[in-house]
Formats: sequence, C-alpha cells, structure tokens
Amino acid sequence: MNQWASFEQFLAMGGYAAYVWPSIGLAVGTLLANVVMARRRHAQALQQALRRLAVNAAGNAP
Amino acid sequence: MATWTWFHRFGSPPFVYRIAGRCAPWFGAGAVLCIAYGLFGGLVLAPPDYQQKDAFRIVYVHAPAAWLSLSCYTTMAVAAFVGLVWRIKVAHAVASALAPVGASFAFVCLATGSLWGRPMWGTWWEWDARLTSQLILLFLYLGYMALRSAHDDLQRADRASAVLAVVGVVNVPIIHYSVYWWNSLHQGATVMKADKPSMPAEMLVPLLVMFLGFTLFQLWVLCTRLRAEILERERNARWLREEIQEGA
Amino acid sequence: MLQPVVFFLIVTTLFPLSLSPQLSQLRDIAPGIVWVGALLSSLLALENLFRADMDDGTLEQWVVSGQPLSVQVLSRTLAHWTVSGLPLVAASPLVGASLAVPAAAFGMMALLLALGTLCLSGIGAAGAALTLGSRRASVLLSLLVLPLAMPILIFGARGVDLAILGESTRGPLLLLSALTVLTLSLTPLAAAAAVRISLE
Repeated sequence: MNQWASFEQFLAMGGYAAYVWPSIGLAVGTLLANVVMARRRHAQALQQALRRLAVNAAGNAP
Repeated sequence: MATWTWFHRFGSPPFVYRIAGRCAPWFGAGAVLCIAYGLFGGLVLAPPDYQQKDAFRIVYVHAPAAWLSLSCYTTMAVAAFVGLVWRIKVAHAVASALAPVGASFAFVCLATGSLWGRPMWGTWWEWDARLTSQLILLFLYLGYMALRSAHDDLQRADRASAVLAVVGVVNVPIIHYSVYWWNSLHQGATVMKADKPSMPAEMLVPLLVMFLGFTLFQLWVLCTRLRAEILERERNARWLREEIQEGA
Repeated sequence: MLQPVVFFLIVTTLFPLSLSPQLSQLRDIAPGIVWVGALLSSLLALENLFRADMDDGTLEQWVVSGQPLSVQVLSRTLAHWTVSGLPLVAASPLVGASLAVPAAAFGMMALLLALGTLCLSGIGAAGAALTLGSRRASVLLSLLVLPLAMPILIFGARGVDLAILGESTRGPLLLLSALTVLTLSLTPLAAAAAVRISLE
C-alpha cells in the first residue's frame, strides 16, 4: 500500500531526504551512464568499422 | 558431443555478435521494468523500518550495487580464466567489457553506504567490515584496469590482466574473511545488521526484484559493450563486412 | 640491496616525528608502523625481481630449459627474499626498540615479519611478472600488489599487537602461516604464466 499521505511527505522521506535522494540519484545516474557509454562505444566502433571497410573496398577496386 | 559443439559456438565472434545483438533489447526491457518496479516498491509501497525509519530505503540501491560489483568481478575472472586456458578471444572481450561496469557499481555501493552511514552512525565513513571489503574490491578493479591500460598490445593486455583477475578472485574470499576477522576484534557487533530474518514481504519483494533487475542490467550492458569490443577486435574479418553492410 | 632496509628504518622514524615521541602512545601504534613500513620497503625491492633477468635474456633461458617455469620462478623469488625480506627481519628489533616494543616480543615480531615478507614476495612475484612488459611499472606494481596484501597486514599487525600485550599469538601466527603456504604454492603458477606472456 502507499505509505505516503502526500507527495511532499514522499519527498521529505521522513526527514532523511538529504541522504535517500542523493543515493537513489547516484545509482540511477550510474545505471544510465553505463548504458549511454556502452551504446555510444558500440556506435563508434560500428562507424569505424564501416569507414575501414569503405577504405578497403576503394583500395581493392581495380 | 553435441552439447560440446553447442557450447563451442560461444567462442566464435560472429555468433556471439549476433546473439548479443538479439538478446540486448530483451535484457534491457527486463532490467528497466524490474528496476522501475523495485524503486517504486521500495520507495512508495514498502513500510518504513521500525528502527531506521525511511533511511533504510537506501538499501534498495546499496545492496544491489554491492551484488552487481561482486558478480561482475566473478564473471570477469571466470571469463578471464576461460580465455587464458582455451585462448578464446571472446572470453577476454567479456572480461574487458565488465571491468568498468563493476568498478562503477563498487563506487556506487561505497557512496550510498557513506550516505546511509551519516544518519545511522553519525559519520560519513565507518570502518565497517562490509564497506572495507567493498573498498578493497574497488582497488582490485582499479588495479585491473590500470594493468590493462599499461599495455599497448591488446593480446598481451588481455592475457596479463586475465592472470591478475584469476589471482584476484582467489584472494577475494581471503580478503573478505580477514577483514571480517579484523573488524570483529575491534568492535563487538556491527551497528547495522546485515540480515534481518523478519523482513516483511512488502520490503523484501522489491529488494529481490531490484537484485534481478541489476543482474539483467549487467547482461544488457555486457551485450552492448561486448559487441563494441568484438567490432574493435575483428578489424578485417570477412563476416564483419557481411554483417554490418547487411545492416547498414 | 641495502636500500629496502634503509627505507624501512627511515619510514619508521617518520612516525614518531609526525605523531608524538611519547613511548606509551608509540607502543600502541607500533604494530601498524612496523607492518606498513615492512610492506612498503619490500614493495620497493620487488620492482627489480625479474627486471635484470628480463634484460639479459635469463628468462628466455628458463623457458627453453625444459624445467618447470613455476619452480624456477619460485626459487628466484626465494633467493630475492633472502636479500630483501631477511634484512628487514634482522632490522626489526632495532625498529621495535625505537618504538618501545618490549624485548620479549622481538622474537615473535621477527617470525611474523619473516612469514609476512615471504608471503608478500610470492604475491609480488606475480605482480612483478605481470608488469614486466608495461609502462610506469613501479606505480602499477603497488596498485596491483597492495590490495592483495591486505590480509597479510591484518594478520601480521594483530600478531605483533598480541605479542606486545604478552598474550598468545597462536591465532594470527597460524593464519599467517596458512596464508603463506597457500600463496607460495599458487602464485608461482601465476607468475610463470605472466612471464610467458611477457616473452610472447
């Protein structure tokens, strides 16, 4: 069941807001950063591979 | 024999590249759902702890982060061992892909532990056995990544860091128990008890879902990073040309 | 060869100067000072464990000699310990006396230090072999070895602590001995693998 009478109380976290929210924020931020970095790295690797293949194809053409 | 050949396909980069690409969205969807539900259940539905009130809700990110950092290290060491013994390139790629993920969550575990310790212990850092062994785990990750970056040759970096990962994983239980032994000498019982057998279901279920979500998340990021690693390693393979030009 | 001992003596002198010259206080922290000093000094010596052998081709000779590489690595490690670890053990009563450790604890402290430096040499051999082909080897070596050496520090310092208090040191002594036996039987295998990698 919902433990909170109001949204303000939820934000206040029973007085522990200064500790709970940064923890959640840091964890969620790290989760997101890991995904974003992994996807960006894959996209970069793909770009490089495509470029290299294009160069190779041009080099091999008679 | 048939099972062995099935297993063997996981040593082939094209196969792993395709399988990882196909699995990643499913792991991702599962991870997002589980973590979203776990956070909602932990922050909104679960009742406050009778002792720690609402500060205990940090456990919903602290404990899964600790689990993730440890599971990344174990997976990394197993992959490194496989790569070392059977000379499988993909296994080294797995180990290399997991190290930054595990290190970042070891850090999250320490930071949230510190944020939790402030209201509970009245100090940002307590030489608590679990926090201390987590700190040493972070050092192990940093050593692994430093050794990796100190080698220019990729193959040599793979194999040297694999030896270190295996040595490290043998040491992890020794470090763990020695730190507990050391800690038990200097303070009676830990202030924050690890196991609460009487945790009600409203608290426990979101926590378990978070553990599942973080595990799926690890697989998700592993799949994506592994694909990038394979692309970087298989520079001029023919399958790569067919694979990515079909996709493009 | 004398450098680690001199380093050990200098580092342990820094603590009284930076904390307080009161002997009663020094006695409380003496185990920590002795062990941190000993770990850092042996670490200093480890860097050169295989360096000369690498440069003059001895390592290659080992690999092609047909003898098990791990045994050769182990004998090299033990030989290195007699010139880097043993002098620290011999100097430990001197350091102990300067930190107000009672003379009755000198023997136990030396024994624990001998085991601890031996164990560290085992881990360090693997670390030194891993950093053979890499840049900035000395900083890297401490980064790799120190986290793995923490159990040695814990058991060793606790043992010296108990010896100073005049109590039984059986527990830490047995744990440290077990750790040393385990380390010396497994790390030569890792060090041998690392030597092979650096020669590839």
